[in-house]
Parts: sequence; structure tokens; C-alpha cells
Amino acid sequence: MTSIAKPAVRHPGLKRNALGFTMRDYEGAMSTLCAGCGHDSVTAALVQACFELALPPHRAAKMSGIGCSSKTTAYFMRQSHGFNSVHGRMPSVTSGASAANRDLTYIGISGDGDSLSIGLGQLCHAIRRNVRMLYVIDNNGVYGLTKGQFSASADIGSTSKKGEANVQPPIDPVLLALTLGATFVARGFSGDKAQLIPILKAGLSHNGLALVDIISPCVTFNDHDGSTKSYKFTREHEVEISAADFVPLRREITVPDTTEAISTITMHDGSVVRFRKTHDSYDPTDRAAAYAHVRACQQRNEVATGLLFLDEGGLDMHAVAKTVPTPLVDLTYKQLCPGNSALQALMEKYR
Amino acid sequence: MPGPTDVTAPHHYHKVVDCQYACPAHTNVPEYLRLIAQGRYTESYLLNRESNVFPGILGRTCDRPCEPACRRGRIDGKPVAICRLKRVAADLRDDITAYLPKAPTVRNGKRVALIGAGPSSLTVANDLLPMGYDVVIHEKLSQAGGLMRFNIPAFRLPAHVLDEETGYIIDMGAEVHYDSPVSSLKSFLDDTHFDAVFVGSGAPKGKELDIPGRWDAGAREHIHIGIEWLGSVHFGHIEQIAKRVLIIGAGNTAMDCCRTSRRLGGTDTKVVARRSREFFKASPWELEDAGEEGIAIIENHAPKRFVIEQGTLAGMEFDTPTGAVIIPCDEVILAIGQDNAFPWIERDIGIDFDKWNMPVIDKSTFESTRKGVFFGGDAAWGPQNIIWAVEHGHQVAISVHQHCQALDVHDRPPQGMHLESTKMGLHSWAYSNDFNPSPRSQMKHAELVERFSKLSAEVELGFTPEQTATEVERCLNCDVETHFENTLCIECDACVDVCPVSCLTITANVESEGDLRTMLSAPAQNTTQDLYVSASLPQTKRIMVKDEDLCLHCGLCAERCPTAAWDMKKFELVLPYASMMSEVTA
Ligand SMILES: Cc1cc2nc3c(=O)[nH]c(=O)nc-3n(C[C@H](O)[C@H](O)[C@H](O)COP(=O)(O)OP(=O)(O)OC[C@H]3O[C@@H](n4cnc5c(N)ncnc54)[C@H](O)[C@@H]3O)c2cc1C
Ligand SMILES: Cc1ncc(C[n+]2csc(CCOP(=O)(O)OP(=O)(O)O)c2C)c(N)n1
Ligand code: SF4
Ligand code: SF4
Ligand code: SF4
Ligand SMILES: [Mg+2]
Repeated sequence: MTSIAKPAVRHPGLKRNALGFTMRDYEGAMSTLCAGCGHDSVTAALVQACFELALPPHRAAKMSGIGCSSKTTAYFMRQSHGFNSVHGRMPSVTSGASAANRDLTYIGISGDGDSLSIGLGQLCHAIRRNVRMLYVIDNNGVYGLTKGQFSASADIGSTSKKGEANVQPPIDPVLLALTLGATFVARGFSGDKAQLIPILKAGLSHNGLALVDIISPCVTFNDHDGSTKSYKFTREHEVEISAADFVPLRREITVPDTTEAISTITMHDGSVVRFRKTHDSYDPTDRAAAYAHVRACQQRNEVATGLLFLDEGGLDMHAVAKTVPTPLVDLTYKQLCPGNSALQALMEKYR
Repeated sequence: MPGPTDVTAPHHYHKVVDCQYACPAHTNVPEYLRLIAQGRYTESYLLNRESNVFPGILGRTCDRPCEPACRRGRIDGKPVAICRLKRVAADLRDDITAYLPKAPTVRNGKRVALIGAGPSSLTVANDLLPMGYDVVIHEKLSQAGGLMRFNIPAFRLPAHVLDEETGYIIDMGAEVHYDSPVSSLKSFLDDTHFDAVFVGSGAPKGKELDIPGRWDAGAREHIHIGIEWLGSVHFGHIEQIAKRVLIIGAGNTAMDCCRTSRRLGGTDTKVVARRSREFFKASPWELEDAGEEGIAIIENHAPKRFVIEQGTLAGMEFDTPTGAVIIPCDEVILAIGQDNAFPWIERDIGIDFDKWNMPVIDKSTFESTRKGVFFGGDAAWGPQNIIWAVEHGHQVAISVHQHCQALDVHDRPPQGMHLESTKMGLHSWAYSNDFNPSPRSQMKHAELVERFSKLSAEVELGFTPEQTATEVERCLNCDVETHFENTLCIECDACVDVCPVSCLTITANVESEGDLRTMLSAPAQNTTQDLYVSASLPQTKRIMVKDEDLCLHCGLCAERCPTAAWDMKKFELVLPYASMMSEVTA
């Protein structure tokens, strides 16, 4: 065999969601990434999140740029739409797609190179526009696809496989998003699906851009001792500062079996995000405090994880632009192009 | 807390190989199927022969406990056609005489007597002759094979197959006395002075049905005992039967009786059973074959009396859920079970019998309460089947060997194992790991006219080369085990994520296995299948759990593991046989 295929057989006891699908129905092509790549776990978490949300695969669009991470859109939801764009241009292509069809669920998958190096400007403006999408950054501190050069997220002092230390300061997408006014900011770890899946589900239900930075180790170029993005380092330095559960609209909201203090945020579609208090002072709705807390963790060499900030009241791109509720693709030619007299009447208003 | 599972002893991996575990003789099924896949029929035959001794016979007649156990059955509803593939190896092999074990010219000085020449005795002979034992067989009848010979009809088991496979053993140098029933074990033991005696005389008595009319003069000669009747047919004493025949009973003997009756002129043959179909003892495929031959099967009819009219048998009356019913008939064959009978064994010679008149036999050594006298096959605990008789034979040979060296018969060699990686390179394994979705192949049967033309016309025609090629690929290679090294795991989840049948889970350990079973990637509801539980993982101290139930042995977990914590290792069970033990030093 030159490549491997996953047999179509499945466990007969697999659960079915509201659409009658099993998790296997949300899979895509067999991954060609290195065995053990964190990105594959992120894919598996997305498969489970979309399955649990009973997302209709044909109503989703998977968007990506270039990189190992960006390849992963091929590895889940084979029935969905998709666009694999030029390096770093996923945010603007998604903005355009969303402008034309606001009804699809947009899942953007990018890398730290794709989003923080070549595509940094694109990312910033997508955040500012608050494009309604899940924006995943598979963050491994390197350009995996081009053989492991330090990326813009590499920490100072983190070493390459050959032992050379990075000297340039890192860009932290979480801090960046918080300063740019992002309305949903989270960080997860590919090796902790229990934490990641509720975050992804909340992000998919968010009314705006949901940025999820996921530490996703590159087993081939950045999983050695000396790396600050390895499985081992992340497990030893991860601090969950905000723990969120996601309760979808369909399920009855029951009192959780915990004695911890709980606060809840209701999403625009009626589903609920429930925060368990992990740090006494942490408030996931206070942007300035969130920023300060994440920054403090960073300085202590800790990796702050969790659903770090959520503001469900923000205006998304369509609200700001006051577009019609009907997706533009569904409007008739006549409605989209009302003719010369309508244009003249509009121009008249500006004279 | 569950685990960690010990995979250094054979038990866990042996149990994963469902077919081999279920086979009384632990035949290495997946390995012989792979040999067939490679066209190595002779090697496949010889591998079979090591454990089950009669591959050609069993490839046609085995009760096949392996098939209901086969993992493939839990995947797509139909097990691999393990049994009939065994026949393929037997049919297509080359001459194997050169590879058979041979009796040494220098004998070891020990003499063993075997009573009966059925499969159990022949297996004892097969194991002891190459070790230099002198083996003397006393058989009541004129041919070797026991019930396989004179009860299993030739349309299921052709004589040449029996001749060949019983011949391989006898030709090693067994001294066989045909037509020489042992009529007194007491005088046999007193007069002959063997070092050990094995009783493999079977369960030769068909059960009676003592209801009114049974012994009436006009009826008696039209009522037959199934196994005796089949014997008479075999020896040519009976060549025909009347048109309307009732077979009483719904076991495999009943199936052989009804199909034989159909061939001898019983064009209106009916099988009448006391209970409903789900309780029938006959194998489903035997019932199917009988159905194909136009035999009616009547359920829920309890025999009440034989109906005699004008001094002859006219029918039988039955109790049914809706009242009494008379079914007219000309002849009746009783096939309601077999009993053991030991009128030739005196009760004062140190062999204890229990309240059911069965000898008291040690479950593991097969020794009776008299040292040096062993029982096996149907004679030990009542009627079973050929493959059990064979397994008993292997165990008896070990006991005999211990006994002849004055060693403790309970001191038996343990099972061993070999494990060997099958990794050849990237995406390349030394076995065919790709899942083949083909449905089970359908065996081609002879046309009805052909079948009814003569009694010995074999019904099953065997698999075509195409069917064989497909069917062997349906095997999941369950002996290629997923072997895990906890110290290498970095907990990346790659294996968990890729497994197509959700076998794997990384989780914190819990108190009980019952709880663990509910919290896996997919619930492990089949409790007959074990969980593999690893020792704790280096980074988080969690455990790796594998539910063995539905694993396809596809190797994807090992393929996707970055550290080779998972490997696909071929497991080979090393079974103890008498021939592997040290020689008699006397
Ligand atoms: C009709 C029928 C069909 C069957 N079909 C199948 C089948 O398809 N598959 C399967 O696996 N099993 C089948 N069986 C069962 C199977 O044949 C027996 O379980 C098996 O043959 C038992 O082997 P054994 O060595 O214990 O004894 P047997 O095969 O019964 O052999 C005992 C031998 O001992 C001889 N003997 C008895 N008493 C004495 C004595 N005092 N002195 C000397 N010799 C003696 C007998 O003549 C006989 O040859 C069938 C049984 C019957 C009745
Ligand atoms: C315009 C352009 N510039 C450079 C490249 C080369 N290139 C391909 S992938 C990549 C970096 C990918 O890094 P990241 O987004 O972190 O993905 P990873 O492989 O680490 O998941 C670069 C620089 C390119 N394909 N296109
Ligand atoms: S190079 Fe790194 S990022 Fe790319 S597939 Fe391999 S492990 Fe994953
Ligand atoms: S071999 Fe591995 S991946 Fe394949 S079914 Fe078994 S556990 Fe799952
Ligand atoms: S793929 Fe290998 S290293 Fe990764 S979790 Fe599985 S066993 Fe451990
Ligand atoms: Mg990267």
C-alpha cells in the first residue's frame, strides 16, 4: 500500500445526533500529516464538536491558507464546502464568502505562520470586522510544512531541533485579539479534548469571530526538550484559568453536579456557556482584566488556557454593514441589481 | 483498579484470537488462512494437522465452534468461512507423506492399548507413535474412524478422505486388530500387561423412545434407532426405506437420518421435533441443507404413541399446542440422543462409576480412578464431536507419557507464546491489514438430481479459487496483536482518533472495570471480550484502554503512532504436545 485508508466499518454502538449522523459521518479524507501531529487531534476535536452540535455538513464552509494546519480542512466533513486560499489570505477570502452567504457556518483553520507571519494584517482586520466564523490557529511555534523554521509565535529561548534558540519576541494571538476588540477569545491544547471541544462548540455558536488559539505540537520539528510548544512542556505549564462548558439549545439545561461557583452567558442562538470559577479573580467578560491575567501568566512562563473572553453583545460584520437578512446569494438578480433608475436615485442622495 | 493487563503470558492475546480460543484444539486459524491466501496449501494443511489431526475430515464435518466466535461475525454479521477454507487446504495440498511424523525404528519399550479406532484413539496414536511407543488398537468393527466412518454419511464425508487421514496415522505403525471387541476390560487388563490403556469406545447407544406401540409385533421392525440405522446403511445391510418416514429428534443425527432416508426412497421424509426451532440442537447449516432437499421440519410435536393399524405401523400420534395429531408414516427413525454404555467394563476393577453410570474421569488428565487407564472422546463425558475427541486425544497422550515415566500426570507442560513485529516499513506490514468489505462466500452445492442419484455423491463442492481468494481476505488477522509500550506514549491521541471502530481510549483509571467499560470512546458492552489496560502513561499518569471486541487489526493505530508505542505483533500460541516432551528414558 502506498497510502492508507480508514475502513468504512464503524462501531455499532456509536451515538447518532439529531440529524441521524454518527461521528464517522463528520470525517474527511485520511490525514497525510506526520503521525502524532497535534493538528490531527484538533481535526478530531472539530469532528466531535460538529457532530455534537448536529451541524448539517452541507451548510458549513471550511476555509484555510497554506501550511500543515491549513491542509487539515480536507480531513473533516467531506460533504462541506471549502476554500484553500493563498498563504495568509484565509481571513479575507472568508470575509468575502461570508458577505455573499451569511447563512453558512464558516470554519477557518490556520497556522501560526499563516496567521501571525504572512497573514497577520488579514487576521487583524477580520477580527476588527468581526466576521462570523470560528477562527482556529493550530499553533506549533514553527512553519511545519517548510520544515520547522521558527514562526512568529515562538517564545524567546525556545530552541529549534538543532539546539539554536529563538531571540525574537513572540506574538501571542490571544493578547492580540483582546487588544483588537475580539468578542470571543480562547486558548486550548490539542492534547486536551475535554477542554477543547466545548470551546469549539461555543465558538461555532458565537455571533462574531471566535478566535481559538490551539497549542498543537509539531512532533517532527518542535516536540523536543527545549521547545516551549511540545506535548510535555504544554502539559507541565498549562494553567486552565477559565473553564467553560457548552450547553446547546436543544438540551435541557440541568444544574451541573459541582459545588463550584458558576456564571453563565447565553449565546445569541439560545445555547448557554457555563463558566466554572477556577481562579477567584477571573472574569471572562472583563476585557482589561482578561488581558492582564493572560499577560501575567505569560510572564510566569505559564500557558493560560480556557475560554478567556466572551462578549456576545458585539456587532458582527453584517450588523455593522446593515446588510439584508437574506444571504446575497439567495437574492434574485433583480433584487441585487435593481437597474439604472435605482442607481440614479441613490446617487441623487449624495449630490 | 483494573489493569495493567499482563501480556507476557499467553492468556490475553490468546483470547483475542477468537477462533483459535474457541477451537477445542486451538487450531491456529488466522495463520492457516494466510497460508491459503499465499497458495501454500500444503503448509496450511500441515499446520492444521498439528492441532486438529484430520483437516480433510474436519474441513467438511467440524461442528465449527470457531465460527460463531469469529470477530468478523460481530463486524458484518457473518463469520469467515473458517471450516470450509480448511477443506480448500486439504483438497489442494500436494502429497504430504514426506512431511508426516515418522515412528522411530528404535522403540521406547512402552506399550499402549487403545480401545476403539475413533478420532480420539487415532489422535492418541498419532501423538505417541513418533515417540517410539508401541500402539495396539482394538476395534469392534471392520474399519477405522468410529462414528466418522459408520455414522456420518458419505455425501457429507467421502470414504477416500477418511481412508487417507486415518491411514496417515495407522501407517506410522499402529498395530490394529479389527473385528475384535474388548468384551471384558478386567480380563483385558489382566491378560495383556500394557503400560497404559486408553478407552475411546465412544457413546454407542442410541436413546429409546418407550411409548405405547413401540414394541408391538407389527411395528417393531419399522422403528429404527438412528445411529444403528445409519451404521446398517454404511455397511450395506440396509439399502432402501419406505416412502413415508418420520425422523424423531432435531439434532445433527436427525439431519443425517432424514437426508439419508431421502436418498434411500423416503421421498416423503419429515423431521418431527418436540420443541420449537430455536431449541434445535442441529447446526443451522445442517437444517438449511435438509430444507434444500425438500425435507419438512415440524416443530412442537411431542411423541405420544405409535399408531398400529391392521397389525402394522400406520403412523404416530403427537401432542401439540393445539391438541393431539396423527401423522401417517411407514417407518420411524429415532434420533433423540446417544448414551454411553460400558457393559464390558466390570465395576470391581478400580474404575469408579458415578450415579449416572459414567466413569469418574479427571478433567485435566483424563485418567480414571485406576492408574494408567484413561478415557477420552465421547466415552469420557458423553457425546460431543470430532474436534473435542481430537483435543482429548492430545491431552491423553501427554498423560500417558507422564504415566509411563512414573511422573505426576497432573504435572503438564504450560502453553507458551511468541510475539514478533510485522512492521516492514512505512504503510507496509507483513500481513494483509487492509479491511476487505466482501460478504461471506456462498458454498456451491451439487444439483438435487445429482445428490439423490447415489448415496455417496458429495453435496458440497468446495470453494472456487475466486471465492477462496476473497474469503481468506475477510479474515481480520486477529493474531496480529496491537501491542502497546506505555513508556513510549506521548499521549498525542493519534491512535484514539484514527481507530475506525472506536476501540481506544486514554482516560484516568477508575475503581472497577464495569465503570471503565461505560466511559470509553464507545461503550464496551460485550463483556465476553476483555479490555486491555496499560500501565500508567508517562506524561499524565492516565491509562490506555483498548476494548478488544471489534478491533479490525487494521494497524492504523500503529501506523499513526509517532513513537511506535503501538506495534502490530504476530502472536503465536505454543501448544504443548506429548511429542515436545522429553523422551522416555527407560
Ligand atoms: C449421526 C452422527 C453424525 C455426526 N456428525 C458429526 C459431525 O458432522 N461433526 C462432528 O464433529 N461430530 C459428529 N458426530 C459426533 C462424532 O462422530 C463423535 O463425537 C466422535 O466420532 C467421537 O469420537 P470417539 O473417538 O470418542 O468415538 P467414536 O467415533 O464413537 O469411536 C468409537 C469406536 O470404538 C469402537 N468400540 C466401541 N466399543 C468397543 C469395544 N468394547 N471394543 C472395541 N472397540 C469398541 C467403536 O466401534 C468405534 O469405532 C456425529 C455423530 C453421529 C452419531
Ligand atoms: C506566499 C507564500 N510564501 C511562503 C510560502 C511557504 N510556506 C508554506 S507553508 C509556510 C508556513 C506555514 O506555517 P504555519 O502556518 O505555522 O503552518 P504549520 O505547517 O506549522 O501548521 C510557508 C512559509 C508559501 N507557500 N506561500
Ligand atoms: S511537520 Fe509538524 S506540523 Fe507538519 S504535519 Fe508534521 S508534525 Fe504536523
Ligand atoms: S488495529 Fe488499532 S486502529 Fe485498527 S481497529 Fe484495532 S485498535 Fe483500532
Ligand atoms: S499514537 Fe502513540 S504516542 Fe500517540 S497517544 Fe497513541 S500510543 Fe500514545
Ligand atoms: Mg505552525
